[in-house]
Order: sequence, then structure tokens, then C-alpha cells
Amino acid sequence: MDEVDLLYQEVILDHNKNPRNFGELDDATHQAVGHNPLCGDHVEIFLKVNDGKVEDVKFKGVGCAISKASASIMTTVLKGKTLDEVKDLFQRFHNVLTSKAEEPVNTEELGKLAVFAGVREFPVRVKCATLAWHTLIEAIEKKNSVLTVE
Amino acid sequence: METQTKELKFEVKKKKGFDVYTIRNDFPILQRLVHNKPLIYFDNAATTHKPKQVIETIVNYYSNLNSNIHRGVHYLSQAATSEFECARNIVKSFINARYDEEIIFTRGATEAINLVASSYGLTNLKEGDEVLITEMEHHSNIVPWQIICERTGAKLKVVPMDDNGELILEVFEKLLSLRTKIVSVVHISNSLGTINPVEYIIKRAHDVGAVVLIDGSQSIQHLPIDVQVLDCDFFVFSGHKIYGPTGIGVLYGKKELLESMPPYQGGGDMILSVSFEKTIYNVLPHKFEAGTPHIEGAIGLGSAIRYVQNIGLDEIFGYETKLLSYATGLLNEIPEIRIIGKAKNKASLVSFVIENIHPHDIGTLLDRDGIAIRTGHHCTEPVMRHYGVPATSRASFAFYNTMEEIDQFVISLKKIIKKFK
Repeated sequence: MDEVDLLYQEVILDHNKNPRNFGELDDATHQAVGHNPLCGDHVEIFLKVNDGKVEDVKFKGVGCAISKASASIMTTVLKGKTLDEVKDLFQRFHNVLTSKAEEPVNTEELGKLAVFAGVREFPVRVKCATLAWHTLIEAIEKKNSVLTVE
Repeated sequence: METQTKELKFEVKKKKGFDVYTIRNDFPILQRLVHNKPLIYFDNAATTHKPKQVIETIVNYYSNLNSNIHRGVHYLSQAATSEFECARNIVKSFINARYDEEIIFTRGATEAINLVASSYGLTNLKEGDEVLITEMEHHSNIVPWQIICERTGAKLKVVPMDDNGELILEVFEKLLSLRTKIVSVVHISNSLGTINPVEYIIKRAHDVGAVVLIDGSQSIQHLPIDVQVLDCDFFVFSGHKIYGPTGIGVLYGKKELLESMPPYQGGGDMILSVSFEKTIYNVLPHKFEAGTPHIEGAIGLGSAIRYVQNIGLDEIFGYETKLLSYATGLLNEIPEIRIIGKAKNKASLVSFVIENIHPHDIGTLLDRDGIAIRTGHHCTEPVMRHYGVPATSRASFAFYNTMEEIDQFVISLKKIIKKFK
């Protein structure tokens, strides 16, 4: 597959077109806003944590296909995870995105997120794939904040 | 008899006319591949490529002339000084300034605006005064004025534009008053392509006694500029947008204004004598050129202007207008595409958005086809806000672009739209 086809895989295009868990959570316990001033991307994360575990998560905002799909896929993998597990998953995701393109990807460990491995070929787009995640972590660590990623 | 024949030959050569394929051979970078595709460079509003004549000038400077200027008595220093001052004279003639010393070399248009804001603005603005700019300014013609207004208590007023991307002149008239001290306006919008009626704006601003700065960053490479006919008080541009090097720019100012203004930076070259009790500033233009300047930048810019003059700005504008109308026509045929900026008078750039596809995805996908465009807010966030979009895609053309490149660009765009369907 061509590098650009790896970046814009069907799954990503699908989540871009039909984002899952798009909207607000009325009873969110954690919330944060993330911006990427470079491209004008904007994402808002709503998180409901119950008993140390993610019970529900939603997002809204505007952005490129990569950032929208990343936010959408993120919301589908978080439910039921403890906050430590969430942070750990982000760390693994981040490590893959900032690794060299020729390094192998542990797809089992990453699950659905492995689809973003192609972003490694496009260093300027890594921020797009991590914006929602950075905002999520910000929501967990500090309630109701605005995050700017440059 | 012999002389006559020679002259005749010269004329025949001159009348050869504009040939884009010959011109392209002057630009080494246009021969390269990007992602194994021939480079199609449509990001000329961000920066232009350099013809080999400019590259050779810079190589020659470092190979044969390199020296510090205005000081040395040795041969190289005098030769370098002479080339540097010759470049100033080329700029002066190019924009038809009255005197060489009205041309101040800066790092770029941004520094030139900051120079005027700091030096003229700080000295002349007081509480209750107003600075007038427009909604379509680049951030570099917004922020320096905000900084100076904050320090002086002056107010920043903004002339709005309509949805075509044209300034609303009736509101401009209403905003103008005796309180207006500075009017700073972009000649051609970098995100919309609008050519603003600056002659009219300058005249009306002068009626209320305001001075006018014209940001020529996007006009200097497209339109013939005559600062005496325009009668603007300041005119700024960057060298790298007119096929010259980066890091060099120009501030033109009317001599009497520049003379009345305090220095912007202190240092070497801008003084006549220094003691701890009193320093006497140098005369124009040196008063505003502290420190060793960007010597090869200025000389390279001179070479770039010579190159443009050889082709002729009328020829250039004529050809670029054809590129613009060809591209606009093709893009208008694609229903998913909305062109942002539909002014009657436009320079050769098209900003657009595609339904449901973010400009950054368009930019990445075009890049894989070897096509370079600009995506983002183009340092004009107020313009993006006007149209309610976070960003646009912008294709900006230069005289070395071809209709065939535009065809390729449109084919790629159609492919992208299909991919996201």
C-alpha cells in the first residue's frame, strides 16, 4: 500500500465521515478543550468516570480527518478502562506515532489504534492524531481546562 | 550603418515575448521531483523560487566580494559597498522613489512595519488618536499596531470587508476622522487575492491628515508600483516574495518623514559619532540600518528585481491573470468546491474550501502528487472568522506556472474529493 493510502485508510475515512460518540455528556465528571492553532483544529472531550473507571466518553469539535478519526476511535476504546490503563494506552499510542517508520508495530497491544501507525510517515500530522488524546489526559489530570497544542 | 544593424537585432530580441517554458529553465528547483512526481509549486504567496541569476549573484558575492561594507578602505569592502548601494538604487528605480535614501533595508515586510509602528507610531500617537487597518490584514499588519496602541493609548479601528472579500469603502469613509493618524492597509490580500483600491484610500486618508503605510508583500511581485503616483507615505515588502533571498525586505518612506523619525535600533553604522555623553545619529538611510546588514540579501534582491524587470511586470501580470482565470474557471465547475474571495480585482491566487474535507487533508494528499499549496489560516485569522472557516486551501501562482500544472492540480483535487465521498 502507498504511504498516503496507509494514512487515509478506510477505517479512518469512515470515522471521519461518521464519527462515533459525537456530542456532549450532560453528566461529565471531566472535561477539557484542546486547540491546535497551527491548523485551527478544536476538540472538546467529555468524560464520565465512575469508581475509577471510564463509564462514558464523548467528543465534539472540528478538525482534519486524522484528528476527527483519532478522537472518534479513541472514544470507542476507553469504556471500562481504569484511568491508569487509559494513560498507559496513550503512552503506548504516542510511542508508536513518534517511532521510526521502519520499526514494527505491536498491533495486538494497540488494537484499533494500530490503524494510525501510517501517521509516522507524516511527522507534521502526528499532532493531529494526538490532539484528542492530549486533551483527554488534560481532562483527567485537571478538570475543565483549555489545552493548546503547538 | 553597423550600429544601426546592431540596434535592430537588439529590438528583435526584445520582442520575443513571454515564453513560460524558457523562463522555467531559469529556476533550478522547478526541475526537481517531489515524491517522484514533477514539482508543481503553487505556494508562491508564501515564498517564490529563485532564478539562477539570483543564485549566481549570491554565489559570486561570497566567491569574489565578501566583505563588510561602509567601513573598510580596502578593495573588497569598497566593491561590496558599491554593490550594496547599487541594490538600493535598483529598488529605488523599481518603485520610483525620489531618493536612494528613502529605501531602508530591513529583514522583511514584518520588520519594516514594526519599524514604522515603533518609530513613527510611538512618537506621533497619543491617547484619543486612531490607527486604521482593515479586516483582511496579515497578522504582521495587526499586531505591531496593537502593541503601539496599547503603549500610547491610541485606538485601533478596523475597516470591514464584504463577503466577496472587498473593503466596504462607505464604512472606511465613516471611520476616517481628524483622530485618524495612521492608515495601514494591505495592497493585495494574501489569503483572498483582493487588490485593494489603495490610490483612493491614500487620497482620502491624506484629506484628514493621516499618514498611510501600504503593505506591498503581495503586490510588489505582481503589479508595477510607483510610490510617487500612489503618494503613500510608507511602502513595505519582502525580498523573498519577489524571487529574491529571505531575510531581506524594504521600507520605503518619504524622506521628510524618515528624517523626522527617531532610530528604531541602535548600533554600528547608524551613528556619526558616539561618546558616553552624546551620540549623533547618522543620516538616512543608515540611521535605520543598525549593524552589519544582510549584504548578500540586498544584492540578491537587486538581482531579482533586474530579473523581473527584464520580463516586465505588465507581461507578468497579464500572464498571471490568465492563470488565475483558467484556475478559477476549472474550480468553479467542481460543485464541492467553494472559492473564498471573489473580488472583482484579484491577483493570481485562489483560496477555497471543499465540503467535508479539511484543508490539511487536501494539503497532505496534494503533496503526494508533488503539488505544493498552502493550507491553514494564512496568518489572517480575522479573515477566516469572517467566512466561518478554520482554514482554507490556497493555490497561488507565479509567472513560471503553467496551464498544464493547473490541469494536474484539478485532476488531483477530483481524486481527493472521490476518496472522501
